[in-house]
Amino acid sequence: MKILMTGNEAIARGAYEAGLTVASAYPGTPSTEILENMVNYKDDIYCEWAPNEKVALEAAIGASIAGARSMAAMKHVGVNVAADPLFTFAYTGVTGGCVLVSADDPGMHSSQNEQDNRNYATSARILMLEPSDSQEAKDFMMLGLELSERFDTPVMLRMTTRVCHSKSMVEIGTRIEKPLIPYERKIAKYVATPANGKVMRKQLIERLKRMEEYSNTASINKSEYNGAKIGVISSGVAYQYAREVFGEDASYLKLGMTFPMPMDLISEFAGKVEKLYVVEEMDPYIENHLKMAGIQCIGKEVIPEMDELNTDIVRKAVFGTSTETLKSEKTAVGRPPVLCAGCPHRGFFYALRKKKNIIITGDIGCYTLGSAAPLSSIDTCFCMGGSISAGHGAAMALKKGGSDRKVVAVIGDSTFFHSGVNSLMDVVYNRGNSVSVILDNRITAMTGHQQNPGTGYTLMGEPAQEVDIPMLCKAIGIKDENIYTVNPLLLDETGKVLNEALSKDEPTVIIARYPCILKAFSAQDKEEFDLSPKKCYIDQEKCIRCKVCVKTGCPAILSGEQITIDQGPCTGCTVCMQVCKFDAIREVK
Amino acid sequence: MGEVKNIILVGVGGQGTILASKILSEGLIRAGHDVKMSEIHGMSQRGGNVSTQIRFGKKVYSPIVGKGEANVIVAFEKMEALRWVEYLKEDGKMVINDFEIPSVPIQQEIAKYPEGILEELAEKAEVLVFKAGEIAEKVGNAKTMNIVLLGALTKAMDLPGIDWEAVIRANVKKGFEDINIKAFHAGADNAKL
Repeated sequence: MKILMTGNEAIARGAYEAGLTVASAYPGTPSTEILENMVNYKDDIYCEWAPNEKVALEAAIGASIAGARSMAAMKHVGVNVAADPLFTFAYTGVTGGCVLVSADDPGMHSSQNEQDNRNYATSARILMLEPSDSQEAKDFMMLGLELSERFDTPVMLRMTTRVCHSKSMVEIGTRIEKPLIPYERKIAKYVATPANGKVMRKQLIERLKRMEEYSNTASINKSEYNGAKIGVISSGVAYQYAREVFGEDASYLKLGMTFPMPMDLISEFAGKVEKLYVVEEMDPYIENHLKMAGIQCIGKEVIPEMDELNTDIVRKAVFGTSTETLKSEKTAVGRPPVLCAGCPHRGFFYALRKKKNIIITGDIGCYTLGSAAPLSSIDTCFCMGGSISAGHGAAMALKKGGSDRKVVAVIGDSTFFHSGVNSLMDVVYNRGNSVSVILDNRITAMTGHQQNPGTGYTLMGEPAQEVDIPMLCKAIGIKDENIYTVNPLLLDETGKVLNEALSKDEPTVIIARYPCILKAFSAQDKEEFDLSPKKCYIDQEKCIRCKVCVKTGCPAILSGEQITIDQGPCTGCTVCMQVCKFDAIREVK
Repeated sequence: MGEVKNIILVGVGGQGTILASKILSEGLIRAGHDVKMSEIHGMSQRGGNVSTQIRFGKKVYSPIVGKGEANVIVAFEKMEALRWVEYLKEDGKMVINDFEIPSVPIQQEIAKYPEGILEELAEKAEVLVFKAGEIAEKVGNAKTMNIVLLGALTKAMDLPGIDWEAVIRANVKKGFEDINIKAFHAGADNAKL
């Protein structure tokens, strides 16, 4: 039976059919739905959200050592976090097959950079497969587990946004059960001391040779010969664009396995064509392999090395022609992402915006939107968990340099658990004085509401022990009187707590605790917070159109000849009511 | 079935473009086409623009539609029609829901909702404009607006031989099958280009 599936659904399906036992991941676009779909197979597969990508990969490594087929999934930048275990895992190899899914984001649809993770395969020397549609996503996931066992290596399944999120037809099969491989202690294999490591290093080089031999004969590296005039080498979704643009008159070498590269196959193909193009997104990865082997080709001198490709871009780059398009003199106004109506972060940022002489270090999550006007309350954002440590460094620099400027670090609950907690240790241990704010909205919101160690539930829907954030901060060494918990929708209270924290010359933590207004409220949320439906409206007789409420950036407030509140999206959070100096905003009774 | 055809559905989060695309793809698959579909949604949960691209034919390679390649664009919102017009083929058709959803910069009076969109688009391309929301309300459920637009699309695109009623039945919420089928036909009846 064939069904329409996204690449991410197909990976979960492939893992299931290949007899996978353990899957671990940290959510991140465009990879999140892999584990969200894996839950459909929870009777057969144990699946979990790990607190970060390093932990996810380590859990998968452990499962492999215990004799099970396993996988870890993450977005491209997550592999940076997981790189430490990955490089040594390449040395030790596996027992049960293990696949690392790296979902890259060319074009930065929802990422802070567009790094090309194919480079990781070369650096770590692990086998890499690149699917170009959903069927291949499923097939390569299954093949990846097999090759992992065959060559005793972790395998990287390298996806990109378009392969993850586009749907195409997939043939569905049945699950092949893979019983645990009986455990044997293999100290020389799995204890990477320098002495063992040197042996492993040698084995790794030998393994590379065997993997390259396979690559040269692998059926997933396939050529389609349509004449000698033009040859195209490509992989991943770029192949789909190239195949469409060059059409039936060109010959193709489509690479499904891109590390080790099938260099013999490539030389042979190159020898059969007069003009050779390499079409790939982002880095000149395939191209560099060709050039190192002295094979002439046309690549990044015409194909852009940034942003994602499409047929139009490839056509223009190669043939200089472009499809005629209809143009309009009018411009469509953008629809920039904003904090939702009723978002608890809005209250916090509104209160924070009033504080002067501070640096605000930010992190990765919905609250990064607090950097946009009119709130403009975040000065930095670069990686998961970086706000608290960068904030600490900034605070120390300011102190040493004689500045009286203070630092506020802003981080979400899931991001705090991810790696922010280590940063907080840095602040306490090294006698810092920054204010660390944990915006605890009781869920991993940005990626679409995944559970995390603070929410009380697991990915598989089981109740879980919650991390007690104040207790954790206390255990790290924040003094009791320096830990504040506040409802961020109460502006005066939040402002006062910020003043108090900023006045102290020691580490402080503010926990702004209120659930994301879009999440499915848990029984505990309903007990702890008043989440009954509410609405606010503007009394037009009292409104003088000062627009202070508009400056909260709430998408439910409509400015015009009259300022009004759109009753649909309004949640009655009352932030606008609190900022109105003319008592013109009321709750609908 | 030969040549690959391209459809783009564009709108604003929450307008039901995803369900409409799902029904559309399933209908096309049942008719024996190779189908690829791509969804692109902005980062925000609410209010961001949403687009779905559907390509079908004998063999589809690229999952996304290039500029100037769409046979039909269905805009669930007027300004989105304007945003996507350069993706329309020169002889392509546009189905536009005459409905405005201002974005945040417009709400905050930083920018103005562009005027005269429909007039300008009508000069450039073959367009079908109607108020899908009003038709949905007449049918009896405002939420069926997406299915009204889907009905209009299948007519504009000339997609015969597909049992849309069966596909709708299989994909909409239980208890809402009949009203959605009614909405589909109401949309198709309005699709006179």
